[in-house]
Amino acid sequence: MRLSEIGIFLFFVNAAFSNNFIFSRFLGNCPYLGVSNKLETATGMGVAVVFVMGIASLFCYLTYEYILVPLGLQYLNTIAFILIIAALVQFVEMFMKKSLQSLYSALGIYLPLITTNCAVLGVTILNMNSGFNLLESVLSGVFGAIGFLLAIVLMAGVRERLESSEIPKAFKGFPISLIIAGFMSVAFMGFSGLVK
Amino acid sequence: MPKNNLRGVFVNGIFNENPVFRLVLGTCPVIAVTTSAINGAGMGLAATFVLIGSNAVISMLRNFIPGKVRIPAFIVVICTFVTMIQLLMQAYLPSLYEALGIFLPLIVVNCIILARAEAFASKNGLMASIVDGVGMGLGFTLAMVLMGTVRELLGNGTVFGFSLLGASFEPVLLFILAPGGFLAYGLLLGIINAISNKRAASKKHEEVKAA
Repeated sequence: MRLSEIGIFLFFVNAAFSNNFIFSRFLGNCPYLGVSNKLETATGMGVAVVFVMGIASLFCYLTYEYILVPLGLQYLNTIAFILIIAALVQFVEMFMKKSLQSLYSALGIYLPLITTNCAVLGVTILNMNSGFNLLESVLSGVFGAIGFLLAIVLMAGVRERLESSEIPKAFKGFPISLIIAGFMSVAFMGFSGLVK
Repeated sequence: MPKNNLRGVFVNGIFNENPVFRLVLGTCPVIAVTTSAINGAGMGLAATFVLIGSNAVISMLRNFIPGKVRIPAFIVVICTFVTMIQLLMQAYLPSLYEALGIFLPLIVVNCIILARAEAFASKNGLMASIVDGVGMGLGFTLAMVLMGTVRELLGNGTVFGFSLLGASFEPVLLFILAPGGFLAYGLLLGIINAISNKRAASKKHEEVKAA
């Protein structure tokens, strides 16, 4: 699925819809279930992920291509990538604490947890495995994260309505959210044949 | 938790604080790789290996790691074990390595492992931490196998590759596709909640009676 073969629009559709991180790659479920209570925090989390995933794709590509490959240290990719991501998240956190105080207090514990958001590490490893070049890596990071943003915002919208509906006690919280995610995933399966 | 209560620590990970069904941590592999029971078991055992190793090392280093940089330090330790299991599996179990795909390196960011490092191994002794790793790992493995069994049985009519439901059974293909992971997990979680709610209620009832 190279950019030069399918063009930017289909590349976007592929990364954000057909191979949606939540619904078809199953990456990033923890924040997806954890922060989707409110529309506002879900949007904040989604935007933070778009930002981090874009930058992480860029830096991980550069590190892999210009440091690990010339030195023959490809097997260290997981360690290198996770350290880059951890440092980036730290940077985003410091930036938000300084200039986006309200968003910082709203995202609370989940901001440091972007480090352990498997979608971020996942996209860098997927980029590496698919042999993407610099532009393709960054675009697949940003577009994939937009798919994540879409999924988490949709979920938050549904869950805000769930607050006022009657659900069996045992299914409150995570179980009902997972079942809803299952149905949303059925809907997203419709995108799967779109990009060949 | 007292140090001598190793049995309690062990059982805790399997039942009371089962990472998958109680803490709801590390949900990505639970949904992604449980399309068959054998994949679930493989993933569970790989995570168990990493949990035991990282818990042991972090517990030994807990007095040397400065508090402020503890999270990156933990991640490096965890990552070392993940790379080890990745290379081992690639060499000796290539088919399972293929099946688990990207979720093998992603054990690094599995919340359970970091959560146990932070909540348990960094505060407890070596022995207790290893036992906690074994307990949590087995709890995770059992949950993965349960998910895998349910999905494989409904979606393919088999368990661990053996046909159980006979040829007349029409498989519900949905359950081994993407949505089935979410649905099976949600339903199992709901059922387990219902059982434990009922137990808690009857326990309360007995206590009231006794008083």
